[in-house]
Amino acid sequence: MRPGLPLLWRRTVERYNLVGSRCETCGTHFIPARNICPKCRRKGKIVPYKFSGRGKIYTYTIIRVAPEGYEFFVPYALAIIELEEGARITGQVVDIHPDDVKIGMPVEMVFRKIHEDGDEGLITYGFKFRPVNEVHQ
Amino acid sequence: MTIGIVGYGVDIPRYRIKAGEIARVWGEDEARIIDGLGLSEKSVPGLDEDAATLAVNAARRAVRHAGIDPQRIGSIFVGSESHPYAVKPTATIVAEAIGATPDLYAADHEFACKAGTAGVINSYALIKAGEIEYGLGIGADTSQGRPGDALEYSAGAGAAAFILGKERVIAKIEHIYAFTTDTPDFWRREYAKYPSHGGRFTGPPGYFRHVMGGVKGLLAKAGTEPKDYAYAVFHQPNGKFPRAVAKQLGFTKEQIEPGLITPLIGNTYSAASLIGLAATLDVARPGDKILVASFGSGAGSDAFHIEVTDEIERKRNAVPVRLVITNKEYLDYGTYAKHRKKLIM
Amino acid sequence: MRKVAVVGVGMSKFGELWDLNLRDLVVQAGINAIKDANIDGTEIKALYGGTMASGRLIGQEHIAALIVDAMGLNPIPATRVEGACASGGLALRNAYFAIASGAYDCVVVGGVEKMTDATTAEAVTALGGAGDQEWELLQGATFPGLYALMARRHMLEYGTTEEMLAAAAVKNHANAMHNKYAQFHNPITIEDVLHSKKVADPLKVLDCSPITDGAAAVILMDLEKAKEHTDNYVEIAASAQASDTVALHDRESLTEIRAAQIAAREAYRQAGITPKDIDVAEVHDCFTIAEIMAIEDVGFFPKGQGGRATLDGETKIGGTIPVNTSGGLKACGHPVGATGVKQVVELTWQLRGEAEGRQVADAQYGLAHNVGGSGATCVVHILKKP
Repeated sequence: MRPGLPLLWRRTVERYNLVGSRCETCGTHFIPARNICPKCRRKGKIVPYKFSGRGKIYTYTIIRVAPEGYEFFVPYALAIIELEEGARITGQVVDIHPDDVKIGMPVEMVFRKIHEDGDEGLITYGFKFRPVNEVHQ
Repeated sequence: MTIGIVGYGVDIPRYRIKAGEIARVWGEDEARIIDGLGLSEKSVPGLDEDAATLAVNAARRAVRHAGIDPQRIGSIFVGSESHPYAVKPTATIVAEAIGATPDLYAADHEFACKAGTAGVINSYALIKAGEIEYGLGIGADTSQGRPGDALEYSAGAGAAAFILGKERVIAKIEHIYAFTTDTPDFWRREYAKYPSHGGRFTGPPGYFRHVMGGVKGLLAKAGTEPKDYAYAVFHQPNGKFPRAVAKQLGFTKEQIEPGLITPLIGNTYSAASLIGLAATLDVARPGDKILVASFGSGAGSDAFHIEVTDEIERKRNAVPVRLVITNKEYLDYGTYAKHRKKLIM
Repeated sequence: MRKVAVVGVGMSKFGELWDLNLRDLVVQAGINAIKDANIDGTEIKALYGGTMASGRLIGQEHIAALIVDAMGLNPIPATRVEGACASGGLALRNAYFAIASGAYDCVVVGGVEKMTDATTAEAVTALGGAGDQEWELLQGATFPGLYALMARRHMLEYGTTEEMLAAAAVKNHANAMHNKYAQFHNPITIEDVLHSKKVADPLKVLDCSPITDGAAAVILMDLEKAKEHTDNYVEIAASAQASDTVALHDRESLTEIRAAQIAAREAYRQAGITPKDIDVAEVHDCFTIAEIMAIEDVGFFPKGQGGRATLDGETKIGGTIPVNTSGGLKACGHPVGATGVKQVVELTWQLRGEAEGRQVADAQYGLAHNVGGSGATCVVHILKKP
């Protein structure tokens, strides 16, 4: 599917900078942002929150049969990252051979190209993750 | 008024291809190529890297190094000859990704390999005019060389971002000078995938005339001589030209060596002289004077007289260029061709 | 609430049916169900249709109207129900409510998906719509990928192996050998699965359900009316449903489908039985790991033991709890909107003793477990032989 232009644009800041939200009542972090805290309901107080981008690989796979528009990137590692604030997010792990990805590996957010709509359409940018090493501190 | 560098950052893709691997495909003599170009490998962007991603990651490091609130950045200029879009700015992507929007000036530059320093000068000028507090100048490129052409061995990928301001300056920009003529040594027409160049014509009438013109003009303006500088950084399209021009201008090997990065990662075009400056600042001491002369085909050279301050010891960059470069993975020509979209899908 | 009975079931052939369109498929299934119910169709007072992605796959929405029209049942009300791969189970559940509430005495449920008119890539992308487009799919996730993320955790936390996953596919292919409606009639071995093309590690192509055309239909009646009409009915003893986060990354545990656990617990409560009372089950094995989690989530095996139990043959016909006698999604095929309805078709045959070469001896209770997406929707039905 070709995501609509406004859809891709609408959450640019969140996708570029890993901005979600936090419930000040219970301290839970959300990415993508939630406007209602599922725990606190009407007692929750939701504020925007910018994540540090650091976390650990909670689980991963290597995508070898890609969806439309991602064929050029195979094979690529897709993971659920547990961010240090506790929330989890789905993203690709790059700058590593996919076979070397491991559960528990520390990673950090990096700004990359997510998707290109052909040769003439929009380029979508956003967060991916890469292994933390001394070079990136 | 002191205007200078308050922070900088670079981003260099981790992928490399060796000159010998390219030579193998085209039946060239590896030793002759390495000797002729003065470089043995070059950086290659990842499948998901382009001038915009490199610019953003370099700019984020620069913001961290500067330790400033990005909302105080009043200008972002991104110089590149490989902007991802022909129409739609890279600078807006950077501005959003570092959290500098919406209160700022932003624009893209193109001037072959000196579009990065052009942005530094523009931000410098806006600060000097009192219009903005901090300004960003970025050079970022994922340049293409025609397969089999001499440029294929050198066209690399990388970015450098410099934040200028007036407070907590690590290196003052004391003088700037630019030397510009209309010289067709290298170009890429609209819609063309690969650049064209004048072969040996890129040398004396192009690179050497303009870099020497820029440096001589700057020395005259600053009232300095080559020996007054601890370091000099010249645009480095390969490993040979900067060494040759240094020699002709009377600079020593020791002055240019810390900033000679192209031999390790290839020519990063708009980023090349700025990455060289970053690598030099990584090792510079308070009081050191640094001369920088970029070169952009077409043609022109921007020259800077920079003086390092005591602040640099309190604000050392945590991500030195030569450390970034150590993180690398070699590609074979086939994978490189995929990375550079030389494969027809 | 009134009690509800299944009085007729039918399905189309499942497979790559190049010469049949969506109308053909639903009419085949519908006619079979009407014949099976021994009614002429005028008794049917409403239609509930389950389809997931007809708009994306064949450009056709307004599917319930299309089905009711094709079956010549106008002007009865026709309603489409969508819940990704659980669309069929949800349609059945809505039909169940229609009878239980007293609104109607006899309704038909149809599930259908015509998938092979689209290219594989288009179908895979359409199915991706069951996930979180902006926060999973845009990142490059696929459905095999999402289930692979769960498989990796299950392997880490419980020592489940790729052989254990493969055993589910091997068993389901063996079961499908005896189901004439099934897409595949080829036995496979664990080695075949392990050496098939990798799709999303650790899942290989033989860990994945196929792209299938097919339809299934079930006719429901008020239990008291059913008793007057026929002796060959089965009772819907429970209908339960639960929801969870659409995005996998928002779940506390990735080794279980919590919506399935909750729906199953509620279903057992309604039926007044325990997992041990179930004699045969159709579970949502869109991927082999999904079957392993399913048989744990519905309580057939303790958490983490599903893989071992499958490898040990406990879910084979003749095992402690036969699972996916139809061949499951893996081998009978997975026309997504039809799957939840087909599960009940198979269980009805089992409880009526009509499951031919795959019959489970003396089956009294059957459980259907139908999942939408990566587990955001789950519907569980329990069927009971009168």
